[in-house]
Amino acid sequence: MATDILMPALSPTMTEGKIARWLKKEGDKVSSGDVIAEIETDKATMEVEAVDEGVLGRILVPEGTEGVAVNAPIAVLVADGESVPEAGGAAQSAGPSAAPEKVEAAAESATASKPAAAPVALSAPEPEKDWGETSEITVREALRDAMALEMRRDPDVFLIGEEVGQYQGAYKVSQGLLDEFGEGRVIDMPITEHGFTGMATGAALTGLRPIVEFMTMNFSMQAIDHIINSAAKTLYMSGGQMGCPIVFRAPNGAASRVGAQHSQCYASWYGHVPGLKVVAPWSAADAKGLLRAAIRDPNPVIVLENEMLYGHKFQCPVDEDFILPIGKAKIERPGKDVTLVGFSISVGTAMAAADILAEQGIDAEVINLRSIRPLDIATIVESVKKTSRLVTVEEGWPFAGIGAEIVMQIIEHAFDWLDAPPVRVAGVDVPMPFAANLEKLALPQPDWVVDAVRKLV
Amino acid sequence: MADTPTSNLAAGRNDPSLDTEGLKRAFHDMLLIRRFEERAGQLYGMGLIGGFCHLYIGQEAVVVGVQMALKEGDKIITSYRDHGQMIAAGMDPRGVMAELTGRATGYSRGKGGSMHMFSREKNFYGGHGIVGAQVALGIGLAFANKYRGTDEVSMTYFGEGASNQGQVYESFNLAALHKLPCVFVIENNRYGMGTSVERSSAASQHLWRNGEPWGIPGKQVDGMDVSAVNAATREAVAYCRAGNGPYLLEMSTYRYRGHSMSDPAKYRQRSEVDEIRQKHDPIDHVRSQLLASGVEEAELKAVEDGIKAVVADATEFAKTSPEPDPAELYTDVLVEA
Repeated sequence: MATDILMPALSPTMTEGKIARWLKKEGDKVSSGDVIAEIETDKATMEVEAVDEGVLGRILVPEGTEGVAVNAPIAVLVADGESVPEAGGAAQSAGPSAAPEKVEAAAESATASKPAAAPVALSAPEPEKDWGETSEITVREALRDAMALEMRRDPDVFLIGEEVGQYQGAYKVSQGLLDEFGEGRVIDMPITEHGFTGMATGAALTGLRPIVEFMTMNFSMQAIDHIINSAAKTLYMSGGQMGCPIVFRAPNGAASRVGAQHSQCYASWYGHVPGLKVVAPWSAADAKGLLRAAIRDPNPVIVLENEMLYGHKFQCPVDEDFILPIGKAKIERPGKDVTLVGFSISVGTAMAAADILAEQGIDAEVINLRSIRPLDIATIVESVKKTSRLVTVEEGWPFAGIGAEIVMQIIEHAFDWLDAPPVRVAGVDVPMPFAANLEKLALPQPDWVVDAVRKLV
Repeated sequence: MADTPTSNLAAGRNDPSLDTEGLKRAFHDMLLIRRFEERAGQLYGMGLIGGFCHLYIGQEAVVVGVQMALKEGDKIITSYRDHGQMIAAGMDPRGVMAELTGRATGYSRGKGGSMHMFSREKNFYGGHGIVGAQVALGIGLAFANKYRGTDEVSMTYFGEGASNQGQVYESFNLAALHKLPCVFVIENNRYGMGTSVERSSAASQHLWRNGEPWGIPGKQVDGMDVSAVNAATREAVAYCRAGNGPYLLEMSTYRYRGHSMSDPAKYRQRSEVDEIRQKHDPIDHVRSQLLASGVEEAELKAVEDGIKAVVADATEFAKTSPEPDPAELYTDVLVEA
């Protein structure tokens, strides 16, 4: 049976090429793998191998011809002893030429009917659930309690990282966990972030639920490929077959006097990635409730903690079942004149600014984001509808930061309610300096927020 | 360490580990991969497969010999040159081909492509496009086996090119430190894209010794001989199942085709490829072994015809299946809790 040999596509971008040379002539026998021609593509001169066996019956496109379209018949292959059909192309082509056209048609229809992105639910936020009795604990204790409670609840949960076991945690967050759960579930790692993050991610792909502690989030950059390419994308790349229930937690942002490489906020970095959830607790209740939710979540969750907050005490519900939803912000302080939005340590900055503003007769509403991704834009929109003014506060750099994202979404959803341009208060756009005075100048202070608000009202 | 690293290259061709029935299965599986890949190359040339497409032709003895040494529950992970692993693991050629053409019926519903397919059912954990990343993930599969207290092993494949990545050595250390049941399989096909192993590794003659600093036993294996691959893998797997920790196999193999489809092949001589095809082809080798042991030519022809039909069916399925529904764009980003 005669078969057309078609002009092959030899690169992802090739649409046409030149037949540089025929290496077989009419009447030659060819078998699978034989080089029959050389073709110049948009990238290089490449050899074309025969796929089927037979005799080269007729060359349809002579060598030297340029601009030969991909999928055009260039020769006819016949069985040994078979005559070559007259008039060009054979009846039976090496593949139905209709298929690529169908693909193009389908692609066009896909473009035409491109589904709109899922609409943002802008219904009024539900009030915070009342969990009853509270007691004062530190953020550090809250994080440890969250891990202990979840490890008791689910034997598939384990903690892995540098100094999490015998050392009791580089920042003492995992204190006591080794004693309770043993070295099978509180697993000390050598200083090898790329390796152990990949290992934990692989274990999560099988359904285990690792909590990966980085000594600080800065070191997660050694492992960022696994966080993004392996953990966040595998569910999508597998068509929903293979999820990755894993938590990556670490102190994030500036600590105190530790210099540029150890003082950086990753909210914007990780918040950028579909397939990840990102939470950033401020209070002890945030820390406990959000970390528990992160551990139970079937997706990869980044928990951005803050070293400066570890020793702070807050009231936290004592209820054994206390947990917070990921994706819900909290109004920490209601107000009517301006909306201040912060996360992690910047919530404290905003609260301090609100106190100063109150003395000046300005009633600020403070929103604690709690979750960076998904972002609870509905709560911010409701607040802006009331205050008509917005100031975002973060320690990260302003360029493509969380403030930039919030402001853009407010422009999309609440532009008509704004009485003044929104303002970002952010870390200064420089690597973190070491000197005490310079470091203070680089990080948002309550005064910066007050000054920003004073310009708006 | 119980096992002194050795090379069994010399012994390779005569290794008797596969009997006639085993060789028949190997012949079938290797030929299925070969024919599948040839067809994939053809579909690429016709524009039905886009983007990257890394063919496994020439290396078939590696995955087939390894697979025949595994048991149910053992886990497999590899790089972007993954079609052979998937077919050897028993994944449906229809679903693999349909993923190559980006159709809704593909293993990843058209969202993964050539480099990203997975099967929980067959314990195939991908299909990874970042060179070397699958090695750290692979020890994670082994970690999970150990955490759950099973005797299953993780077969972690990577190329000799990936063997220069830092995380490979981090993984060697972690696997040895925690005695993880992981068989590292270096598929040394001599070229990382267009760079020969001699030009990329200072240890090019003995990658099987790369685990020595961590006490990981290693073996160099004739990766063009399915029996030798099978015998070495059995030994490695037994070592891991017994709780001794990881094992390293270097499979000396060869890829006939380019790195990907747009490979100008200027880095090696055509005669080098022809020499291996003609004298060391893994499928020809098994075919002559089977004929020598008294199997009839007609029986092998029947196997070939059966494979031809399977590949033709997979191709038709892949061509005629619908593309993913546009709404699929937004699904599978997150698991809804």
